[in-house]
Amino acid sequence: MTAKTMEIGSSDPVIEVDDLNFHYGSAAALHNISMNFTRKKVTALIGPSGCGKSTFLRCLNRMNDMIDIARVEGRIRLNGDEIYTPKLDVIELRRRVGMVFQKSNPFPKSIFENVVYGLRIAGVRNRAQLAESCEKALRSAALWDEVKDRLEDSALGLSGGQMQRLCIARAIAVNPEVILMDEPCSALDPKSTARVEELISELRENYTIIIVTHNMQQAARVSDHTAFFFEGLLVEYGLTNQVFIKPKNKQTEDYITGRFG
Amino acid sequence: MQKYWRRGEPFVWLTGAALTLTLVMAAALIIVVMVNGLGVFWPTEVTQAKFQDGTRVMGEIIKREPLPSGEGDRIQFKTGNRDLYGLDFRWVDTAGIIELDHPVEAVVLEREEYGNFYGFLHEINAPDLDQPAGETLGEQLSAVRQSVEKRQQEIGQLEERVAGLSDRMQDLRLELQKLEFEGYPPESSAVKEVRQRQSLLREDFDTLVARHEDRRRELRQIQATFADVSGTLKTVAVADIVRAYYPNDMAWWEKAVFYLSKLKELFLGEPREANTEGGLFPAIFGTVMLIFLMSLFSFPLGVIAAIYLREYAKEGPIVRVVRIAVNNLAGIPSIVYGIFGLGFFIYGVGGSLDRLFFPERLPTPTFGTGGILWASLTLALLTVPVVIVATDEALGAIPKGVREGSLALGATKFQTLSRILVPMASPGIMTGLILAMARAAGEVAPLMITGVVKLAPALPLDGDFPFLHLDRKFMHLGFHIYDIGFQSPNVEAAKPMVFVTTLLLVLIVLIMSSVAIHLRNKMKKRYTYGTF
Repeated sequence: MTAKTMEIGSSDPVIEVDDLNFHYGSAAALHNISMNFTRKKVTALIGPSGCGKSTFLRCLNRMNDMIDIARVEGRIRLNGDEIYTPKLDVIELRRRVGMVFQKSNPFPKSIFENVVYGLRIAGVRNRAQLAESCEKALRSAALWDEVKDRLEDSALGLSGGQMQRLCIARAIAVNPEVILMDEPCSALDPKSTARVEELISELRENYTIIIVTHNMQQAARVSDHTAFFFEGLLVEYGLTNQVFIKPKNKQTEDYITGRFG
Repeated sequence: MQKYWRRGEPFVWLTGAALTLTLVMAAALIIVVMVNGLGVFWPTEVTQAKFQDGTRVMGEIIKREPLPSGEGDRIQFKTGNRDLYGLDFRWVDTAGIIELDHPVEAVVLEREEYGNFYGFLHEINAPDLDQPAGETLGEQLSAVRQSVEKRQQEIGQLEERVAGLSDRMQDLRLELQKLEFEGYPPESSAVKEVRQRQSLLREDFDTLVARHEDRRRELRQIQATFADVSGTLKTVAVADIVRAYYPNDMAWWEKAVFYLSKLKELFLGEPREANTEGGLFPAIFGTVMLIFLMSLFSFPLGVIAAIYLREYAKEGPIVRVVRIAVNNLAGIPSIVYGIFGLGFFIYGVGGSLDRLFFPERLPTPTFGTGGILWASLTLALLTVPVVIVATDEALGAIPKGVREGSLALGATKFQTLSRILVPMASPGIMTGLILAMARAAGEVAPLMITGVVKLAPALPLDGDFPFLHLDRKFMHLGFHIYDIGFQSPNVEAAKPMVFVTTLLLVLIVLIMSSVAIHLRNKMKKRYTYGTF
């Protein structure tokens, strides 16, 4: 179970995780996680609440750094570059690994400024370049047609679903290699959820996506690979079809069929 | 009945009553101040009372109240003419009055000294003026006053030149002092050169002063004689008359014009008569500048300190203790801050500055004495906890997601702070600033020992290089209220001015916080999350 699970991602992996352990103070949250993520595939992380999947996701762009008592052991490589090493520039890492959060968190700025925020802080000043990136990102996030006439309006005036897609556009605008999504649809209504899922399917062509979800159907619909976490352990990791139709592990089966969790 | 209690009906009434009570008290305060303050400049009719024994009293009726014995009333007259009667006010028993009337030709004089004069114009004595135009004595008086005013302006220009020369002489004196301090012997060329310039300047100065004296003496030859109600004559130099008006002969619009001219004097004029008359411009200016300087010091300091406390300091027992300490700092009595300001800023920092940069002037202090800089720094210290607490809370109220969203896009902590967090916290920070300004505007105690004065000879900001004189002492409306209300030799006469000053202070605080609140609301609209 702790061994590099199965053959997924063995060729051309984007992210390689080796023997990752994570502690909040003295409490261990993740045990010996080893897995690879395949380029340009959607990987779903599922599991009951508190199983450590969100913690794991946040290890991938070092968002856990902000927690003073957090401690990480093990290795994570992004395209061969070690992530947990003092030499690594966290800023650079986060530019390469974008993140979309559970609750949409647009900045209190205009829609345009929200999308180009990542570029601006990276030092891009050229207005034409910013405008171009903005349009591209908004088109990719399937939001362009809805907001193209009010780019200078406040982002806080958008609907919930639009805000979440804006956050996705914001993540795409800096052209990351991987996009992490932490339950991106949990606060959205079914219609907006469908839009975001559609979007994830489109983004798969250019980006590697790792998505944490509580929604089994969603995992089944949008992902290529699925990893099941339980109590800080990676229980099962495989092709989504296999995991959902023919899980190898009893716990996985119980969870998927709704016997617990 | 039980149901009635359970529904909470009495509680609604209780809360409502508490709110009403506070509002009523605040409104009552404002109304009392407004009623007493706004009416001060409206010209009151002059009333003449004739008594059975043939004596007369004339002046403004201030109030009427029942006698302590319970039989009849008594009236308080403001009779003015302090130089004749010794007192400005007089209580009169209504029982002895035969008649009350309002003589049309009664004139009220506002004078440079001795307060108001109530009486009648008797004659004009202007030896070196042509026969003044006008048929009646009153018209002649106003014509004379016009020409006197013109001459006064000329004298004013002379005075300015004298003041300029005196400043230059002061500079030379300091230069000489410095040379001597640096050890130049009296016979050295440098000292001699300065001395020579000094004596040249002294000649100019003396001639100018002499000319000024002559002009003034000439001007004071122009006099007018007035009679009080019982016929006593009083001769006044026309130059001493600030205003002459006939309140019983004024239409309402004339009174309105008069009111406006008094308002203009209030806002732009200098105080007269131990501050009980005239304008408040230096005090208004001092108050606004003090608050402005205070904000300039306390605002950045407080915001930056709060940012460290909330964003960079590691949450733990030390930060908790610091937070409690800051909260408690806001509760320290202001006089304690004043004493600290005196000890630390004035004697400590100011004294060191003097020893370092102006050793030749010692023991006369330059910065080692109260001044607007030290007063505003003391006030800044007093208000900085308010700014820190407000900023800290505003930063803490920002949703975690926004912070993470920015960091996840590769922003540094500093970029997140400057581009997202501080703008989002700005409405809260503004609230802190408003509270700080309101508190600073009302403080008098710490100012009294750090540089406020009853009458400042010069403003802390003027046209003389280097324009901003932070070492100067200043006037302040709050202190002004205390001074004229409780320290004045003629408290009764100063009373109207106390109300006017109070009204002005309240008004200034109101205007400043309204502007800040307007700004805050604008920011709120821009930076706050709606519900989603």
